[in-house]
Amino acid sequence: MSIDITEFYQTFFEEAEELLSDMEQQLLQIDPSDPDSEQLNAIFRAAHSIKGGAGTFGFTVLQETTHLFENLLDKARHHELTLDPTIIDIFLETKDMLSDQLNAYRQQTEPDSATYERICNTLKALAEEKGQGAGVADTAAPVSAASPAKGGAMVIRIAGVAADNATSLAEELALFGTVLDQQHANDVLTVQLETATGEDDIRAVLCFVVDDDQITFESAASAPSESAAATLTESAVVAPAAEEVEQEAPEKDDATPPPAVDAAAVPAEPAKAAAPAAKKAASAAASSENASLRVSIEKIDQIINLVGELVITQSMLEQGTADFDPVTHGSLLSGMNQLQRNARDLQEAVMSIRMMPMDVVFNRFPRLVRDLAGKLGKQVELETVGKSTELDKGLIERIVDPLTHLVRNSLDHGIETPDRRLAAGKPAAGRLTLSASHQGGNILIEISDDGAGLNRDRILNKARESGLAVSDAMSDDDVWQLIFAPGFSTAEQVTDLSGRGVGMDVVKRNIAQMGGHVDILSRPGQGTTTRIVLPLTLAILDGMSVRVGEEVYILPLGAIKESMQVSPEDISTVTGSDRVLHVRGEYLPLVELYRVFDIPDAQQDVTKGIVMIVQSEGRSFALQVDQLIGQHQVVVKNLETNYRRVPGISAATILGDGSVALILDIPALSRAPQDREGSHAGHHRSAAALH
Amino acid sequence: MEASAIDKVQLEGEGHEFLVFRLGAEEYGIDILSVQEIRGYEGVTRIANAPSFIKGVTNLRGVIVPIVDLRLKFALGNADYTAQTVVIVLNIGHRVVGVVVDGVSDVLALTGEQIKPAPEFGSTLSTHYLMGLGSLDDRMLILVDIEKLMTSEEMALIDKAA
Repeated sequence: MSIDITEFYQTFFEEAEELLSDMEQQLLQIDPSDPDSEQLNAIFRAAHSIKGGAGTFGFTVLQETTHLFENLLDKARHHELTLDPTIIDIFLETKDMLSDQLNAYRQQTEPDSATYERICNTLKALAEEKGQGAGVADTAAPVSAASPAKGGAMVIRIAGVAADNATSLAEELALFGTVLDQQHANDVLTVQLETATGEDDIRAVLCFVVDDDQITFESAASAPSESAAATLTESAVVAPAAEEVEQEAPEKDDATPPPAVDAAAVPAEPAKAAAPAAKKAASAAASSENASLRVSIEKIDQIINLVGELVITQSMLEQGTADFDPVTHGSLLSGMNQLQRNARDLQEAVMSIRMMPMDVVFNRFPRLVRDLAGKLGKQVELETVGKSTELDKGLIERIVDPLTHLVRNSLDHGIETPDRRLAAGKPAAGRLTLSASHQGGNILIEISDDGAGLNRDRILNKARESGLAVSDAMSDDDVWQLIFAPGFSTAEQVTDLSGRGVGMDVVKRNIAQMGGHVDILSRPGQGTTTRIVLPLTLAILDGMSVRVGEEVYILPLGAIKESMQVSPEDISTVTGSDRVLHVRGEYLPLVELYRVFDIPDAQQDVTKGIVMIVQSEGRSFALQVDQLIGQHQVVVKNLETNYRRVPGISAATILGDGSVALILDIPALSRAPQDREGSHAGHHRSAAALH
Repeated sequence: MEASAIDKVQLEGEGHEFLVFRLGAEEYGIDILSVQEIRGYEGVTRIANAPSFIKGVTNLRGVIVPIVDLRLKFALGNADYTAQTVVIVLNIGHRVVGVVVDGVSDVLALTGEQIKPAPEFGSTLSTHYLMGLGSLDDRMLILVDIEKLMTSEEMALIDKAA
């Protein structure tokens, strides 16, 4: 092939991956006893498109597997194969195998031939077994005989083709049949083709090389009718999949002749059968395809970085012009205002490019839950809420593993077996809910089950065995946090699914690395809810800058409830040292930032400073600072890239004047009253060591 | 380990270059390949509860870089900050860190035989971090394995887990 086809590999891999994932969705939704023909068609089309592409690129193994798969799907579509859950399982397994093969090709290796043979044999066996029963062979043959009538000559116009590609495209098209005429003018390639292959097949193959909307088909009215008969014989040899079919045919022949016949008939048949459905899909796809664009993530990140720098420059300018006299510099200042608005809008727009719906994550779980529930002999209904909630792509990718782990845990340890559930007066089928929602600047992801709940005593016993410091007086919340300790597992039996205790600590660490945190709510007999709170995006933060002494810190705006000046009578002490602030009937712990961070020259008198009421992890506390400076959008820079994690600090940012300001870690500060003594002691120790 | 560091230098033979800087009255040498740039000392943002030799973090063209004052770390020289104060920006294993020194004098090439093994001594700079002592005419250079030093737990620059 003279087009350098390798540059289309990536497109093929991406599209094939999407097709496979669609296929899985459809397979999971389908009701074996009463399959929706639209769904079957969709699965079939996906398999078919992959086959077409695989053939074009010479991925023989993938092509042959999809081909066998397609045959079965086609029979199912024509009610020649009765679906049952076992068959759906085989289909799902095939889909996995296809993914593996695709990955192998992507890594430029040949797919594992053993698994390939196995899946082929399974599919073949299935085809034979079911095919014979229904007497498919007979029905398939007439279909293929009928198809040439649909074929015949057609005129294919491909727009936007450069002269040097035209010849190779024409050669490509010649593989489908006989090229009667071929012209190339004004970047439009016109080929009159005599073929038995349907429009959609040609489209499917070409779609990896040219865009769908570049191709137009017309039936050639002048097509000689006698060519139809000739095309029939030709099509069997020429259609991309047909070669493989012929190779397979002999080995099948000695077993059972009929399947061989229908296998050979298929290349021609799907073209016809797929046509009405595919046409509908094609028109829908055409409009949506134009509306989206594939861009590499590096490009987007580069834009985000540049916009980040732009925002810094903008705020630098803003600070520089803040003292200008509005009378003499009116137009400059109004220009500055406009720049600020535009910069902010631009930043929001750019950030939204990276946002993806949680759907992408949740879609993985129906399959996982189905498989696991099957293995464990449990009945589970999965419900997903808030699929359209958007999250940064970087976070989406990193949340998958922790979520998978938590879902496995819920299924393995949480939801009980049907008999136990019935005994406990609950419905036999457990319910697992995955939900996502926005909460201020955060996204809240919850995994809840109506299973047995966590067993407090068992966790405490296990913790004692592992040598952790625990007491019976610990609050439930603290007990639940124990399961995040490394190497902790309460499963009575270690299964291959979970229970090895390598996990919850990893889950917690992963989520902490993303700037989020995990909480567990659990009630015995009623179930467990694991709640993950993550920032929407890692790159930008709406912040409030505050001054303490000579230092500037940024507070995430989402955490701030209010700020106020307090009078001495609002402050009381608890056990002499810890102070609480009385706000509208509530007593909130007072965290003095100058003490936590040991800041010199800070305002120590709380009544002369400002107190911010902040909230995190459902807890509110009062944070004492000297002064509020203002509200900014800041570009979050990781402190750990070149340094280490700092207690109480989540990240850093660069201010308008080019200096670095640290962003406060509100959840960590909410725990500061307990930690404060520790960190102080540590500081003094390290200071002492230096003298 | 010191021996292997010397071996490394010896294997690489002539022309192994060291950036020489001063801390108080002493001269130190570090592998020139780990130096990214040399710049003046600019305002840093203090990091709470960090050891005192970690001055804080600064903005190096959009990258947040920690600044370590080796004069404080080794208790040498006066830790004052003037327009002449020099920061050597190191690039060590994809991490960037700045070190404050009294001054940078020159870049010297040392051959294997000019590098003597360091005697066992002192507590402030463990011989663990020394590649040896370089002798050049009547000057003595303390050759520091800066990568090992900067990634050590003692410097508190990197999380233990990382």
